[in-house]
Amino acid sequence: MTKSITAFLLGTALALAATTGASAQDKTVKIGVLTDNSGLYADLGGPGSTLAAQMAIEDSGLAAKGWKVDLVSADHQNKPDVGTTIARQWIDVEKVDIFMDVLNSGVALAVNNLVKEKNVILIDTGAATSDLTNAQCTPNTVHWVYDTYMLANSTGQALVKAGGDTWYFLTADYAFGHALERDTAAVVVKSGGKVIGTVRHPLNTADFSSFLLQAQASKAKIVGMANAGGDTTNTIKQAAEFGIVSGGQKLAGLLLFVTDVHSLGLKVAQGLNFTETFYWDLNDGTRAFSKRFSERMKNKAMPSMVQAGVYSGLLHYFKALEALGGNPHDGARVVAKMKEMPTDDPLFGKGSIRADGRKLHPAYLFEVKKPEESKGPWDYYKLIGTTPADQAFRPLAESACPLVKK
Amino acid sequence: MTVVTDDTLPMTPRAMRDEMIVFGVMAVLLALVPLSGIYPFFVMQALCFALLACAFNLLVGYGGLLSFGHAMFLGTAGYVSAHALKVWGLPPELGILVGTAAAAALGVVTGYVSIRRQGIYFSMITLALSQLLYFIYLQVPFTHGEDGIQGIPQGHMFGFLDLSKSTVLYYVVLGGFLGGFLLIYRSINSPFGEVLKSIRENEQRAISLGYKTEQYKLLAYILSGTLAGFAGSLKVFVAQNASLTDVHWSMSGEIVLMTLVGGLGTVFGPVVGAFVIIAMQQYLAGFGQWVTVIQGVIFVTCVLTFRRGIVGEIAHYFRRSL
Amino acid sequence: MQALYAQLLVGLINGSFYALLSLGLAVIFGMLNIINFAHGALYMMGAFCAYFLLTYGGIGYWWALIIAPIAVGIFGIILERTMLQWLSGLDHVYGLLLTFGIALIVQGIFQNYFGSSGLPYSIPDELRGGVNLGFMFLPIYRGWVVIFSLVVCLATWYLIERTRLGANLRAATENPTLVRAFGINVPRMITLTYGLGVGLAALAGVLSAPINQVRPLMGADLIIVVFAVVVIGGMGSIMGSIITGFTLGVVEGLTKYFYPEASNTVVFVLMVLVLLVKPTGLTGRTA
Repeated sequence: MTKSITAFLLGTALALAATTGASAQDKTVKIGVLTDNSGLYADLGGPGSTLAAQMAIEDSGLAAKGWKVDLVSADHQNKPDVGTTIARQWIDVEKVDIFMDVLNSGVALAVNNLVKEKNVILIDTGAATSDLTNAQCTPNTVHWVYDTYMLANSTGQALVKAGGDTWYFLTADYAFGHALERDTAAVVVKSGGKVIGTVRHPLNTADFSSFLLQAQASKAKIVGMANAGGDTTNTIKQAAEFGIVSGGQKLAGLLLFVTDVHSLGLKVAQGLNFTETFYWDLNDGTRAFSKRFSERMKNKAMPSMVQAGVYSGLLHYFKALEALGGNPHDGARVVAKMKEMPTDDPLFGKGSIRADGRKLHPAYLFEVKKPEESKGPWDYYKLIGTTPADQAFRPLAESACPLVKK
Repeated sequence: MTVVTDDTLPMTPRAMRDEMIVFGVMAVLLALVPLSGIYPFFVMQALCFALLACAFNLLVGYGGLLSFGHAMFLGTAGYVSAHALKVWGLPPELGILVGTAAAAALGVVTGYVSIRRQGIYFSMITLALSQLLYFIYLQVPFTHGEDGIQGIPQGHMFGFLDLSKSTVLYYVVLGGFLGGFLLIYRSINSPFGEVLKSIRENEQRAISLGYKTEQYKLLAYILSGTLAGFAGSLKVFVAQNASLTDVHWSMSGEIVLMTLVGGLGTVFGPVVGAFVIIAMQQYLAGFGQWVTVIQGVIFVTCVLTFRRGIVGEIAHYFRRSL
Repeated sequence: MQALYAQLLVGLINGSFYALLSLGLAVIFGMLNIINFAHGALYMMGAFCAYFLLTYGGIGYWWALIIAPIAVGIFGIILERTMLQWLSGLDHVYGLLLTFGIALIVQGIFQNYFGSSGLPYSIPDELRGGVNLGFMFLPIYRGWVVIFSLVVCLATWYLIERTRLGANLRAATENPTLVRAFGINVPRMITLTYGLGVGLAALAGVLSAPINQVRPLMGADLIIVVFAVVVIGGMGSIMGSIITGFTLGVVEGLTKYFYPEASNTVVFVLMVLVLLVKPTGLTGRTA
């Protein structure tokens, strides 16, 4: 009797030791790609982001080192409440450690709150809002690829420097458009340019002719489009019709992606200026990855910067996990480790993550090629300027993030 | 509007007894959910939509007015509650009150305009009004446009119910749902409800009997909007955000769909419909836009072959009122 | 002042789409007593049809103007034969619900196969470029849209109000039993009318394809505005819906100039005002 109790106690103790040991050396990871699989941004993130995550897992070689990495993905339909419902369930039931992609600012901000509450991780590669690393920053969030401040800053600065010193804004009339316009206008003025007018159009406008006529009449050298998605592509298309670009004015997109250029076609998109932080044809590293990526895509598309960000962000996350020797399932701790380590990957080059969660890397101003300059499918951009990593993003001194010690 | 329902007969004690039994069973089952291991978040969400659909049903099923803009009440109450909780720092009970009051006020204003036309005109007007509101919410600063109001504090209801605990929140939402449900049930079976049904069946006759039908319809509209707003305020605590999704026309369509699937003009139909549609969205979320297609197919099937809805068909089969 | 002329003209272009769509709705409503919620989806199908013809068949814009309305019209006729006709005798609201369901199905399917961001369709070479009118640079294509849709609207009005066929149609709306007694096949007439209304929507879709991106949801939001236009004008008369469509386009254009913040709400606000003053709509008969 006594003997069996001792044996029982001993057994329990052993089992306890085994479980605590396992949690220190827990080598299981679950990744959730939460994106728009079917809507307006499906080409930008969507299935391509899931593929990029898959490739990051394969290229990390973790499986060979005894890790078990799982991947789930879902469609948030660009609705914050759908996004949070999925995210909550992933954390509570599926035990997801890290959220990737999460494009659409509304969804991103909702998930951003949730990951802090539940202490998991968000590496956001798709959302534009710079609030993620400003007033709304959390110790669990890293904002990887771009944000509105950077886009405004880089595009505004570079174009004024290139002689585009008078601006007219076409602004989508809601918080996002206003912020984009405000940030860009500040940069334009700071760089010595002048804003001579602005017109605000409703979101999801089908017809931009009125607004374009006003922009044309202003005679500004640059027409800045502080809008996004379908509004931007419609503006570009109709600007071509009204002869804005052929009349000598330049169109500057403040939020535009390679997928938009692809869907517009070079005939319409030629001459556009805008900023991205990744382009498949930048260097050997980006070309090698993009070639492998596009071979596995259903429509042979090249990666967008959002998808490239998923790959690059996950590689860095895996490095941090390896440095920790296992997955502590403690989001804030892993993110702290990620901030400690410098980043380096073939897609975004060398960089770092700041205290506020902002990932730093250079920003590139591109001009869309003329149809006759393009040598093949997806050959769209000419590089016309680079903003170094330390100047591209919002300076820490201006940040309202409580994590930044001042 | 000649909706196919079996409740045109006066309420009999037997029917009343049947309905109270079903209500009791429903309440007990729902109260047991947190013990069952079912993911409570899903049920809470479904309960909010169930209340919303019941409120909508009060208007269409008993008043014969098909509103295609009921999302405006859901969204308005949601935004106002969210703002009150987050920016003004009001306690939960006042947050709900303010949100519901906003929906009631909206009901008065939009009701005054839309009640002027009947039938499909009424549907189109409510749709247009909700679209108007959608654009307004998109532009005014307090809603934060496409980002929505995020990270809404759940707080302590009446100072002692900690709503950040999911079990507590569950019972609060359940309480709100059952309360709203009983209020609707009571209204349907009151003299007011009887007049409404008579207007639905034959408005001219009701007028000739001396009823001011316009006023009855307006009252039904406001009551329905207010309760829909109450559901919207409750939903804020569950979702912890308020966004444009809730004011979009596709949400109005979903409300119609829930009620149609469950059974227009049945007491329990909207509840069943809400659970069916929410569960469907939950399990089919991975299929992206196919969810829209499936919803469309359900719409078409219901209209062509299944106009009584799930509960309506069951009630018809057993010749009971449910 | 010059700018004002420009905005007036631009407003007319949008008005053309409102007029074509609300005209189609009015024709269908007059005959079938159905508010066709699928109208926006069918408009979108027209634009996609033009895109398919060009991309997969190499068939250009001019043929698309004829083929797309016929193809989508036939699709509409199938819808009417297989589904809508079963609703006659039921409350009108069921027609609204059914066509709403159809719209969801059609839009969802297109979204699945073609994404949401839109496909390019370029302006036909013959209509490229623009003319400088002194007060504005008018793209030739835009001018073409206004003139062509005006012609189509007037032709439809003539067909219904001034021809024998139209007379039969109107008679069948008033008293189907009597018209049937004269040996006219009323169900077939209803079907063809639905096809005509749907064809008008598809035609508007083809016209808009070169201006806007061809997107699965291009008609979804537009149809709500058109509903408001219909409420304002009342569906009593064909001419009424044409005039209201063009007028509201112009009003919206002016709003874009004077107070752009309200340009997407102005039609709805006008609807509220009209309802307060004259609930039956500007040209509507009393219900």
